[in-house]
Amino acid sequence: MIAFLVQTLRIATPYLFAAAGGIISERAGIIALTLEGFMLTGAFCAALGSYYSGSPWVGILAGAAGGLVAALLHALATIRYRADQVVVGIAMNLLAVGVTRFFLRLAFDSSSNSPRIPGFGGGRGGSGVFSSLANPLVWLGILCMVAVGWLLYRTPFGLRVRAAGEKPEAALSVGVPVRRVRWLAVALSGASAALAGVYLALDQHQFTDGMTAGRGFIALAAVIFGKWDPKRVTIACLLFAAAETMQIRLQSLQLVPSQFVEMIPYVLTIVALAGVVGRAVQPAALGRAVD
Amino acid sequence: MTPPAIDRPASDRTARVRVALEESLLPPLVALVIAAVVGDILIVIFGQSPGDVYRQLLEGTWGNAYGFGQVIYKATTLTFTGLAVALGIRAGLFNIGAESQLASGGFLAALIGLAMPPGTPGLLAVPACLMAAALGGGVVGAVPGVLKARFGASEVIVTIMLNFVVLALLNYIVATHIHVSETLHTPEIHAGALPRFTAVLPMFAGSAANATFLLALATAAAVWWYLFSTRPGYELRAVGLQPDAAEYGGVCVGKVWARAMLLSGVLAGLGGLNYVLGYKHYYEEGFGTGSGFLGIAVALVGRNHPVGVVIAALLFATLSQGGLAVNALVPKQMVDVLTAVVIIAVATVVPEVRRAVAASRTAGVGNPRAPAEGGRVAIDGPGGRSDSRVPIPDSRP
Repeated sequence: MIAFLVQTLRIATPYLFAAAGGIISERAGIIALTLEGFMLTGAFCAALGSYYSGSPWVGILAGAAGGLVAALLHALATIRYRADQVVVGIAMNLLAVGVTRFFLRLAFDSSSNSPRIPGFGGGRGGSGVFSSLANPLVWLGILCMVAVGWLLYRTPFGLRVRAAGEKPEAALSVGVPVRRVRWLAVALSGASAALAGVYLALDQHQFTDGMTAGRGFIALAAVIFGKWDPKRVTIACLLFAAAETMQIRLQSLQLVPSQFVEMIPYVLTIVALAGVVGRAVQPAALGRAVD
Repeated sequence: MTPPAIDRPASDRTARVRVALEESLLPPLVALVIAAVVGDILIVIFGQSPGDVYRQLLEGTWGNAYGFGQVIYKATTLTFTGLAVALGIRAGLFNIGAESQLASGGFLAALIGLAMPPGTPGLLAVPACLMAAALGGGVVGAVPGVLKARFGASEVIVTIMLNFVVLALLNYIVATHIHVSETLHTPEIHAGALPRFTAVLPMFAGSAANATFLLALATAAAVWWYLFSTRPGYELRAVGLQPDAAEYGGVCVGKVWARAMLLSGVLAGLGGLNYVLGYKHYYEEGFGTGSGFLGIAVALVGRNHPVGVVIAALLFATLSQGGLAVNALVPKQMVDVLTAVVIIAVATVVPEVRRAVAASRTAGVGNPRAPAEGGRVAIDGPGGRSDSRVPIPDSRP
């Protein structure tokens, strides 16, 4: 039972990081289609930093910095130049795939993975209860979500973020610098989502091409399924992770094909968006550029 | 600069033509220049000479019949997905689901091709497979359209989520029921295969270019006709430009959305024929990976016009094939980076150019106010998800 809970938490950690970033970006009115790309960038930069410094802590910093740079590029295009957020979001994901592959060849002369890097825990497949709980990033992931909840509902900045996402014109008229608030929110989202990738790279002790494998979109699904509220999103992340854990544990029994378990987050999200009762309603100004 | 004068129709027309040309040609050109600069930087980082790389890229694509055939083959799929995305954008909808619609179309076509007895005449088999591909793509496309029309569910999110659902489902069916052992593909179809260009023009030997390319061109012409010469096409464009106004004009916005997504899915689904009927003659897991997303790039650079889409499809096919041609010098992933840069550059440059053009247009007729909403029409249609909140009274029971 404890092993089950710990494994769920391990699988949920990247979702928590990325979803925390997704919440803050979407609540500020910027669509978070880029989580996947930020994660991949973070994972690659973490591998670089950890490999060349020999310390996973430098890897964490490098990963967060990488995500931050990617997020600033996204903000430049969508906020400063008011480019369409969906188009740029999709392109940012393609860019992350291309850039990480290109520099993987350049830095490690490989088209599939980096050499082994210093990380946390017992290494690839190390699923021991103790080694998981000793990974500081697992705790940081929970903290990240708590911090986002506090930031959104307990600070002036959070109020401004929510205003920027719901009624930016009204916020502007009372002197809230909406664009600056959005810049900050996207930057935070990039760093946070990058940590999700950092966790993956340091946990597996290497970077592999495309290692995020759609987890950024699961995190986005959690954000929508959790109705953009940190508490509910946390529950959604844990729920999706628990389903995966269950599938891994029951694999030998062949009760449900793995493909159907994979579908759960996506199907639930579609149902939530179309649901007649308790439908998920996005922030009012999501996706809208502000002058 | 001559200000457009509205009291002199003749010069007004010249000015309008000039403005239209500027609007349609300038953004892609600026984007290509930006991409070329980024490409130069990447090539230099890798310690190669940009001139060598670009020369090799051109020689490997347009310089010989095999490379050119491969470009045609890749452009065929991209034309279909590009048309799919473009049609959606014309209706103000973002179809990010071309990826799974393409797969689903290809899958159904392969199923029908397998179901028919060997020796079924092509005149019967090919249209049957064509209908199957249209059905496969159309069903997957229609779901987000209907959900948008009925519940206002964001088609962006629904199509993304459906990609994962549909691909997982197809993966399951193929893996557990009809794959050839040790592979991830179905057996070869019994009937419905289309001839490769090699059959008529031996110089294309080895390349995968096939008759589906002609179908792609015909489809582009059909989309052109549909959008600009038919009543439903007019309604579709009206909804894309301004749903509220279209609603007042008597158009049922919800129906148009559902129809547009259906058609968009059909177009993407037909793209599956290129691989299944024209190239390998079976459905394989992941055969079109990336084509759906590239379709977005194609539609953007092609300015959502069928002619532009065909040209842009050739451009991106050249890049993609060119990546393989230069792989010995620089990693082929360079073209992935360039593709993304082109998309970001076009998305960023188009609104800016539009604002500039609009400002120069209004400056002459005594209207100092440039349109404040320039960013909203950045991509020839409503771009934001905020549109999902438009009330659609008569689409509800």
